[in-house]
Amino acid sequence: MSDLQSQDYVRRSASTMTPPQARNHEDQVAKLIDVTRCIGCKACQSACMEWNDLRQDIGHFEGSYQNPDDLSPDVWTLMKFAEYENEQGNLEWLIRKDGCMHCEDPGCLKACPAPGAIVQYANGIVDFISDKCIGCGYCVKGCPFDIPRISKKDHKSYKCTLCSDRVSVGLEPACVKACPTGAIMFGSKTDMKDWAQERIVDLKSRGFEKAGLYDPQEVGGTHVMYVLHHADKPSLYSGLPDNPRISPMVTAWKGIIKPIALFGVALAALAGFFHWITEGPNEVTEEDEAAGERVLDDAEKTL
Amino acid sequence: MSSSRTVIIRYTRVNRINHWITAICFVLLTLSGLAMFHPLMFWLSGLFGGGQWMRAVHPWIGCLLMLSYLGLIVQFWRENLVQKSDVEWMKSIKDVVENDEERVPPVGRNNAGQKFVFWSMTLLIPVLFFTGLVIWEVYFGEATSMPVQRAAVLIHSLAAIAAIIVWVVHVYAAIWVRDSVRAMTQGYVTPGWAWRHHRAWLREIAAGEHGKDIIRKRP
Repeated sequence: MSDLQSQDYVRRSASTMTPPQARNHEDQVAKLIDVTRCIGCKACQSACMEWNDLRQDIGHFEGSYQNPDDLSPDVWTLMKFAEYENEQGNLEWLIRKDGCMHCEDPGCLKACPAPGAIVQYANGIVDFISDKCIGCGYCVKGCPFDIPRISKKDHKSYKCTLCSDRVSVGLEPACVKACPTGAIMFGSKTDMKDWAQERIVDLKSRGFEKAGLYDPQEVGGTHVMYVLHHADKPSLYSGLPDNPRISPMVTAWKGIIKPIALFGVALAALAGFFHWITEGPNEVTEEDEAAGERVLDDAEKTL
Repeated sequence: MSSSRTVIIRYTRVNRINHWITAICFVLLTLSGLAMFHPLMFWLSGLFGGGQWMRAVHPWIGCLLMLSYLGLIVQFWRENLVQKSDVEWMKSIKDVVENDEERVPPVGRNNAGQKFVFWSMTLLIPVLFFTGLVIWEVYFGEATSMPVQRAAVLIHSLAAIAAIIVWVVHVYAAIWVRDSVRAMTQGYVTPGWAWRHHRAWLREIAAGEHGKDIIRKRP
């Protein structure tokens, strides 16, 4: 959303040059969402609206605590409520705070055609620089988590910034500050992984044998991680992808096809140019003209 | 260039207007499409007033191209039907490239290369149109699933590159075979041009198969 620092980029969309990165002596940060400690109070949702000045239009009750029903340009984080009946026949209410995962290898950034509209800072946060966004929706195609939303009002793409504006001045993200149970934590990625391991050991001792950390390596790890009681089945949590990866169609489109295509077009043009300077133009001669006239004249006589 | 007393009308006024509407749309789509395809080309977005304008206008030009090209299909499909003689022409492609057309079998109104361009575009432009609709975020962003949109954007870019390469061949051929451009700007060719490049067509004209109005006094 904001571009408070422009000298600590590690990735910049649609750029063929090295991005400015002198000020990159930064720790990799991460937000750890401990789903097992979440009580579904939505304080994080409110804090996100407050800090970012977002207001979603009032919607309709859809028979679920989940409200609004989906992420939108004005809803950057959303508590998703899933009811799961476990093997023992007991109900488990799996509540997951959904939002941008801040992938180490961001599919949105890879897909974006507008130079500098999506950047990744040295601390790992993936940010949309909205004045450069052209509203094409390619980021949505690149995202393995279905996160970015394009506004119908200004045709810009929006998502969680991980409060890059707060983090850059040493504050924690608004949702972290608001969480009353400590289910959302923020710090260096190493610390968050260590802390997650302690939680997982505790959960296992209490019977959640499949408890684990969600930090999918297919996208290089993420800067938003979950502690899950059922880490073997992430999709239980309102469709969190079991194996998130950038679609091979996006990888092909944004990878090998780009240089091959430009090369192909250039080759066609060069082939034409070199044909011109070797064989030259194909011109009508005096004899052709005479022969052509003769055909028409002869026809006129016989007709 | 020798001058001739008579000329042959090759493209009518309607043909030419329709062709050039198509051409303008195609060039604009190529410029804006390449800008969205490769970062090295993004500067072309400036020609359209910036990235947002380019993104907004590209699909509308695409719709116009589709309509315009339908017009060309209606006018030109019959003369581009593939015949046995096209295979003969393809076999002597080496002589064509070497400007040695005396050794090439007589060609009708269109040669196999021209037919290739016509049918390539007839295939590619509808593919571009329909995949383009799928990825038209403003109106159809929610109409299809994300895997469908990913496939569409991949097919759209591949088809676009193929179309651009066909277009390069088309433009070069028009420059290389002298006085072809005039056929599409002023509408006429000389009997000598027809004799050299489309001899079977010239004989059809002489035999009166295309009516009397096709032959005019030089303007």
